[in-house]
Amino acid sequence: MGLAPEVLLEMQRRMLRIRGFDERASKMVKRGFIPGTVHTSIGQEAQVVGACMALGESDYMTGNHRSHGHPIGKGSPLGPLMAELVGKSGGVCGGKGGSLHLADFSVGSLGESGIVGSSIPIAVGAGLSASVLGNKRVSLAFFGDGAANQGCLYEGMNLAGVWKLPVVFLCENNQYALSTPAHTVTSGVIAERAAGFGMPGVRVEDGQDVLAVYEAVNTAVERARAGEGPSLVEVVTYRFHEHSEGLRLGTDYRDAEEKAAWLQRDPIVLFRRWLAENGVASDAELDALEAEVAAEVDAAEAFAKDSPYPDPAMAFADLYTEPVPIRGAVELIGAPA
Amino acid sequence: MTVMSYLGAIGAAQREAMEADERVVIIGEDVEANVYGTTGAGKSRRDKGDFLEMFGRNRIRNTPISEEVIVGAAAGAAMTGLRPIVDLSYSSFLYMAMDQFVNQVAKNRYMFGGQASLPVVFRSAMFYGLNTGAHHSDRPYPMFMNVPGLKIIAPASPSDAKGLLRSAVDSEDPVLTFEACPLWGMKEEVDEAEYRIPLGVARTVRPGSDVTVVAISSAVPEAVRAADALAEDGISVEVIDPRTLVPLDTDAVLESVARTGRLVVADPAHRTCSAAAEISAVVAEDAFDALKAPIVRVTTPDTQIPFSPALEKQLYPNRDNIAAAVRRVLG
Ligand SMILES: Cc1ncc(C[n+]2csc(CCOP(=O)(O)OP(=O)(O)O)c2C)c(N)n1
Repeated sequence: MGLAPEVLLEMQRRMLRIRGFDERASKMVKRGFIPGTVHTSIGQEAQVVGACMALGESDYMTGNHRSHGHPIGKGSPLGPLMAELVGKSGGVCGGKGGSLHLADFSVGSLGESGIVGSSIPIAVGAGLSASVLGNKRVSLAFFGDGAANQGCLYEGMNLAGVWKLPVVFLCENNQYALSTPAHTVTSGVIAERAAGFGMPGVRVEDGQDVLAVYEAVNTAVERARAGEGPSLVEVVTYRFHEHSEGLRLGTDYRDAEEKAAWLQRDPIVLFRRWLAENGVASDAELDALEAEVAAEVDAAEAFAKDSPYPDPAMAFADLYTEPVPIRGAVELIGAPA
Repeated sequence: MTVMSYLGAIGAAQREAMEADERVVIIGEDVEANVYGTTGAGKSRRDKGDFLEMFGRNRIRNTPISEEVIVGAAAGAAMTGLRPIVDLSYSSFLYMAMDQFVNQVAKNRYMFGGQASLPVVFRSAMFYGLNTGAHHSDRPYPMFMNVPGLKIIAPASPSDAKGLLRSAVDSEDPVLTFEACPLWGMKEEVDEAEYRIPLGVARTVRPGSDVTVVAISSAVPEAVRAADALAEDGISVEVIDPRTLVPLDTDAVLESVARTGRLVVADPAHRTCSAAAEISAVVAEDAFDALKAPIVRVTTPDTQIPFSPALEKQLYPNRDNIAAAVRRVLG
């Protein structure tokens, strides 16, 4: 593949950012500083970054509930993402989206969806506009193995197929939908479902290998950009944390041995070793990279803390592009606290 | 000016919009063949399908029967630079894409903090009164009025259909248009030149001083006929058509009720949580003192739509039940 050393190091940097960001978010939820819930991508960084780095800067993507990593993988700065998780005015969405609805249009992130599968048609539409406007952009839809059983995926694959849209359907198969093992609810192999729509379907068996993911997605992106239409890429990976932070389940639905085996396959550890063994960077350089990213994460938390909460009137902003009277808004804002 | 049918006016607005802006595309089932009559520029059958000739397959997009992805993809395309007009044919099929309408189309701009704009129009026809039974006869605009973030229009004349659709295409926000099949054949003089009717501005269809009748969609011409009949008895009825249900021109309604002191709302939707319910509540909240009699709603009762003409015909607002309601508020 012959990727330049800067690109390889950038992959490690972005994986470290996702890890650092999500570990910090996890702590901040436990301290009550982040309201609601967050779903981390810890353990899945190679799959996220491998896919995102195969995209160009102006390419589009949509995500799901487990999506902090997607804009980070695409190059988003961490501060506004962290502020969004806290609900601050400096957040990417001004505090109206939160963890489940991050979007950073400046890096082509068209938003995640709290409704499993629901953002897939949006990505198909981004592919449609790229196709009509002829601007050579590619659109990638991230979704889980659970979402792979939603009907809108198949409507989307069919439409993208007949219109030869530049879309990559990317299934992040972490093998569980909340507590449900994929094989108990999924008939056959997800990647093989592509055949029914006349598009390539590939399964990356080692989703902990960032280069393997990159290569598979890159092939799909090149095909899309060349006007040859959509592809389905399924990546097998594993989440190291619970489905969502703070979730305490009565039953242990994951086998201890299975979990331990996957923990041995930490994508960041694996790639660090690869970078050192292949002479891309020295241990000292890799240490320095880790320290740099750790400082970025600290700065992101500080940014989130320093950013003010939004003015209550902002609850009525951005519903429409021009001001439309909202009944009830005036009374609410005027009411005594 | 030229005589246009309601359907012809929609076609004219679509053609104008496509000629004016290359980003406008038409997406829908059977739009190539002009099956629903709004993507053909000519009058005769021979001319059918000529939008395809004029604009090509890149901009006239025949879709599979996949409402969920049609709606979601149109939203995604609107977020990234197109201005799609989606033809969903029958309004009853909107339910297939409820998730996309409610969770994506209506929410994306808001939850992404204004980063997204969704300039997209969703057209659908309310195919009621034509004995097609329960699966094709819905008038579901009140359900969507309950979803913040959508704009909703319900034109009741060819001129309004053309002018409102042009404004809908111009809007940076998603607009749902509910077209009335009972009015498809209605004809009137329509300006051939481009014009736009702003969203959120009601039309006083007929001025009057004794009772205000706010009528929606196909109830508008019925209310006018009721008013004509009542005029013979010396009763002066003002008929107001909101035309836009979101944003709703509450000022026009309140101003009229302040003058007449009486309100009848005629709305072909089901009664519970209808547009009529909302308009009645607004008047009760903000113009209660002006009311000389209780508000009366003429709506479709809360039953499904039966097939038999003997059963269906009686259900919708018509000149007789609107006239009876007016007499009731006059005491
Ligand atoms: C339509 C819908 N149904 C159910 C849920 C509740 N839910 C949230 S995440 C989740 C599991 C999703 O699994 P998967 O798609 O594999 O993604 P993962 O969490 O494994 O990344 C469920 C059931 C939801 N948010 N949306």
